[in-house]
Amino acid sequence: MSFILDGKNIPFKEGDTIMDAALNADTYIPHLCHDPEFVPHGSCRVCLVSCNGRYVSACTQPAVDGSEVESNTEAVNSIRRELVAMLFAEGVHICPACEKSGSCKLQAVAYYVGLLTPRYEHFNPPGRLDASHPDMIIDFNRCILCELCVRASRDMDGKRVFSISGRGSEASLVINSESGKLGDSLFDVSDRAADICPVGALLPKHKGYEVPIGQRRYDITAIDGAAAREPVKKSGKSDD
Amino acid sequence: MTEKLKVATTSLAGCFGCHMSLLDIDTRIMDLVQLVEFDRSPLTDIKTVGKCDIGIIEGGAANTENIEVLQMFRDNCKILVSLGACALNGGVPAMRNQFDLNACLDESFVNGAGVVNPGVPDDPELPSLLDKVQPLHEVVKIDYYIPGCPPSAEVIYDFLTRILEGKPVDIPYAQIRYD
Repeated sequence: MSFILDGKNIPFKEGDTIMDAALNADTYIPHLCHDPEFVPHGSCRVCLVSCNGRYVSACTQPAVDGSEVESNTEAVNSIRRELVAMLFAEGVHICPACEKSGSCKLQAVAYYVGLLTPRYEHFNPPGRLDASHPDMIIDFNRCILCELCVRASRDMDGKRVFSISGRGSEASLVINSESGKLGDSLFDVSDRAADICPVGALLPKHKGYEVPIGQRRYDITAIDGAAAREPVKKSGKSDD
Repeated sequence: MTEKLKVATTSLAGCFGCHMSLLDIDTRIMDLVQLVEFDRSPLTDIKTVGKCDIGIIEGGAANTENIEVLQMFRDNCKILVSLGACALNGGVPAMRNQFDLNACLDESFVNGAGVVNPGVPDDPELPSLLDKVQPLHEVVKIDYYIPGCPPSAEVIYDFLTRILEGKPVDIPYAQIRYD
């Protein structure tokens, strides 16, 4: 069984989603809340594709034999740009001041879909930081509610440290402890959940800027693995 | 020879890093001045903005003077360009948006560590701070955006060259950076 993704034949097996099949065929479909290790969540909608002319999220849509899927087209990427622009406007994403910059998936997906123009008024949420844990820090205003930490802590660490509370624009990450603080929870730096955050919301302490800006993962290789960038030159000079 | 295009630049709530990056085009600035004439800019020290073809603005809007200058640029420039992270989304100065303005002033001038002669400056010549630092597009219409902190000299030069040649602006993937 196979389907066509942007003109390329993608084989799949029974039960695969479009995302599963694409990942197995080393073909990139942008995504933020998806990780093949976990049950698909379908919340960020960034993996939106057109399947036989109908928009679906690739991470939750079962692949259909003989279907035509469009992903890396201007029509689809223009919708993705709006989705990503809304995530940027809703939280506080000041890349130059974020330790995750250069290895942040939100930023890398925004580069991939060509987000140059801020579209929306910023929400400017009040600052919420949890630095109570000895090894990790949480900046809630960077959280994009992907629930990867929720799933990792529940399904792999067996701890249920994280959860999402509230609905719609009121939804936010909460910590399962008496005080609501990460430091009072069962969370440990060796947990799978400690290494899963796609953005700079859940960050390790004591290792800030170990890898200089300009030499990080998505500074060197684009998120689709194909295009490469020139590392930033140390002098800041552009030529000679 | 056709008339030179007039360009004005300014830094609002920015650090002048974007202007430094503009200067990083090095000797190519000699090619550029063949094509453009600078109006108001930190490079010319002209304080008022005349009728211009292109206005390039670094930094977000953090106080009433920033708003005034921004409006003046919009009124006088055919094309207005948001240059750099602070112009696009407020950048580092906008980190204060997560806090109450009075709490920020208090921390800086009254109860902060090492403060001597505590008191929030209130000289009438000082522009009033806005409640929140705003990206430029929330205040006036912006025609083009160049991200980066700062945008590289390459992206600035390529952008200006394209505009001057009347070509559509297309920032290639490798030049898009937010940091």
